[in-house]
Amino acid sequence: MNLLGKLSWNAIPLDQPIVMAATSMMIAGVVLVLSWVTVKGHWPYLWREWITSVDHKRIGVMYIVLALLMLLRGFTDAIMMRSQQAVAAGGAHGYLPPEHFDQIFSAHGTIMIFFMAMPFVIGLMNFVVPLQLGVRDMAFPTLNSVALWLTASGILLTNISLAVGEFAKTGWVAYPPLSEVQFSPGVGVDYYLWALQISGIGTLLTGINFVTTILKTRAPGMGYMRMPVFCWTALASNLLMVAAFPVLTATFAMLLLDRYLGFHFFSIDGQGNPMMYVNLFWVWGHPEVYILILPAFGIFSEVISTFSGKPLFGYRSMVAATMAICVLSFLVWLHHFFTMGASADVNGFFGVMTMVIAVPTGVKIFNWLFTMYGGRVRLTVPVLWSLGFMVTFVIGGMTGVLMAVPPADFQLHNSLFLVAHFHNVIIGGVVFGVLAGYTYWFPKAFGFTLDERWGRASFWCWLIGFYIAFMPLYALGLMGMTRRMQHYDNLAWQPWLLLAAVGAVVILAGIACLIVQLIVSIRDRAQRPAGGDPWNGRTLEWSTASPPPAWNFAVLPRVSERDTYWNGRKRERTAQDPPAREYKPIEMPKNSATGFITAFFAVVTGFALIWHIWWMVGLGLFGAFVTLIAFAFRDREDIEISAEQIARFDRAHQLEVPI
Amino acid sequence: MNIALAIDEVHREALPRASEAGPASKRIVVAYGFWIFLLSDIVMFAALFAAYAILVRATAGGPTGAQLFNQVNVAIETACLLASSYTCGLMSLAVNARRLATTYFFAVVTFALGAAFLALELREFADMIARGATPQRSAFLSAFFTLVGCHGLHVSAGLLWLLVMMAQVAIKGFRAAVQRRLLCFALFWHALDIIWVWLFTVVYLMGVHP
Repeated sequence: MNLLGKLSWNAIPLDQPIVMAATSMMIAGVVLVLSWVTVKGHWPYLWREWITSVDHKRIGVMYIVLALLMLLRGFTDAIMMRSQQAVAAGGAHGYLPPEHFDQIFSAHGTIMIFFMAMPFVIGLMNFVVPLQLGVRDMAFPTLNSVALWLTASGILLTNISLAVGEFAKTGWVAYPPLSEVQFSPGVGVDYYLWALQISGIGTLLTGINFVTTILKTRAPGMGYMRMPVFCWTALASNLLMVAAFPVLTATFAMLLLDRYLGFHFFSIDGQGNPMMYVNLFWVWGHPEVYILILPAFGIFSEVISTFSGKPLFGYRSMVAATMAICVLSFLVWLHHFFTMGASADVNGFFGVMTMVIAVPTGVKIFNWLFTMYGGRVRLTVPVLWSLGFMVTFVIGGMTGVLMAVPPADFQLHNSLFLVAHFHNVIIGGVVFGVLAGYTYWFPKAFGFTLDERWGRASFWCWLIGFYIAFMPLYALGLMGMTRRMQHYDNLAWQPWLLLAAVGAVVILAGIACLIVQLIVSIRDRAQRPAGGDPWNGRTLEWSTASPPPAWNFAVLPRVSERDTYWNGRKRERTAQDPPAREYKPIEMPKNSATGFITAFFAVVTGFALIWHIWWMVGLGLFGAFVTLIAFAFRDREDIEISAEQIARFDRAHQLEVPI
Repeated sequence: MNIALAIDEVHREALPRASEAGPASKRIVVAYGFWIFLLSDIVMFAALFAAYAILVRATAGGPTGAQLFNQVNVAIETACLLASSYTCGLMSLAVNARRLATTYFFAVVTFALGAAFLALELREFADMIARGATPQRSAFLSAFFTLVGCHGLHVSAGLLWLLVMMAQVAIKGFRAAVQRRLLCFALFWHALDIIWVWLFTVVYLMGVHP
């Protein structure tokens, strides 16, 4: 009986120079940041204002910081794959051995979907939704903090796998029987499963929190048909989280039982059914892509209507389209595996449903076009991202409809055509969307705008880089190149793959521009104060100070129509003097370390489970339970902010438009 | 002046639509959020039910449900769980009436019935494993133990929760937060009943049907 389970010094891949170099860089980076924080004495501030914060705005910012870091990590994987495939033609085998290359493409997919796109989208929703609803926080602020830190736990476990052990070599979907212990005896799949189980709980809690917040806590007067479209898309996205993530949890639980206790859900022996995993995985997986894209649609709606100076065209049809996609997203999952051998009728049904879901998406595109039509469009950076999205996403959508035709899919399945398609919609849709949202709401979060010039440079690099990197993959797919190839013999493919690698470098330049933009903007922040409303905005978040106070609104706004803030301000120009405000003390939720401590024990438990260190599993679970009990028995939940303090803040920021 | 319109205005002022009434009270928000959680939990069970339905005939030459299930045992289990839901309801009434002793009494009865259910379930599991019908035997048994065991885990969590709540009532009394949590506990306990009714039907009734 080994006290450390399967863990030993052999787990650290000292013989692999590339992995060790990456690991040392990561460790050096973490050490550098931690020592800087320690030397500067920022720990008390970080602990008080950020780590234990239950403020939705702070939590939103932390989610986005995580997402940006993971964008770098995931992109490093991407550029390694592109360079490997650019050189590994003919007899050459490139610089990445197969077992390493397999880990890289698995990690790339897992990180980009779960730890880049999800935290980015959730971060933006966290920051924006309560402000747009005109309320002071989420329905469950401490739960929000727990969800954030559980996501961070999943991220930490995934990154530990780089240094200790290995990551899955199964692709980001981890299909059995390959992911069963018989064929993947290492800890890679266990890292994947436990990291996603832990962060998945966080995502579920987020979903519950947002659905409750949006449906039960809105400012007085904000009926459903007065909510900003971003809130509607956030609602749809979170409904999908509540309905889809439990399926993923159950599916992964079954695979874990197979791996740990020898059950036979998906194994080949014992009459297990590997195809059932594929079905269940995509019952979650297809709604997941709408969890990501719907909030991006919401961002584009806000950006386009704000910068066109017009109300959104077809608000009701936008809402209807959003909710239609929300429902339809559960009726298309089988198109991920038309080749599995279902009957023509089944394939036909799912093919048609897949085409049907393109209709509400088309409605949205036309609504955005008509919103811009006749408006005074300001070509700011968020608008550039939106325009780039509209062109790129339509192309991606078209190739999606192509693959929805089952006979065509039999040719394209598992080829680079598919890889090009989903990058086309995810980069062109989700990434452009969150970057538009990042630029749009940054001034609200920090009180100064981002540098326009670098933002523009970043946009063009991303856009051009995307086309150079992924259009060749469509061609390669049609030429018959399958995905996930560590090397290949067909020399006719190489020029296209070289071109794709160039595209990845151009995207790298786009990411570099984003980093420079952030540095330049922070350096010159005094020159670009945002004020409360830098964009001539329409929704309630622009009616308060930037950054907003902890309580968001001194007095809860009263909503009487759509775009209340914009309309109210137009009227106010003619009004004489605003009515004097009466301030009342506000109860705000108290800071809590519960989220951070729970996450600490989640990491301990997850790590122990991965390495079969059973005593540590018990310790971790017990720790998490004690934390929960301590939270349940706390004496004070709220702190009171005095009316005087609120009045003082309000006098200092004469920005809020009384609504 | 249009009198009809004016009356309409007055009416709107006095009675705002529910969706425009502003943030709901904490009690409503908490219970609503908990309902959403329960829905997500039921979705998770739905996935397990689906897996069970797919694998129910995949016995790999091992025992079938008809050979394994003892319906008398299951009937007693069901009676315990349903009765515990009733006593849980009585406990909720006692909480609303702020009767401490009655609350404790019905909590103890609920706990005892829940524990009896769990004991019977564990005995059934032990009995099956002793006869070689382990979860490793076949895909059907994997699905059976996972589905029924997951419900059993929920009942265990519920019992632990009930203990914690009684400690909270003892220490903090019937303050608002404690009352909200007791409300959520009751919702949870009844939801487990709903799942059990499905489980009973799909696993134990349909399972013995040839």
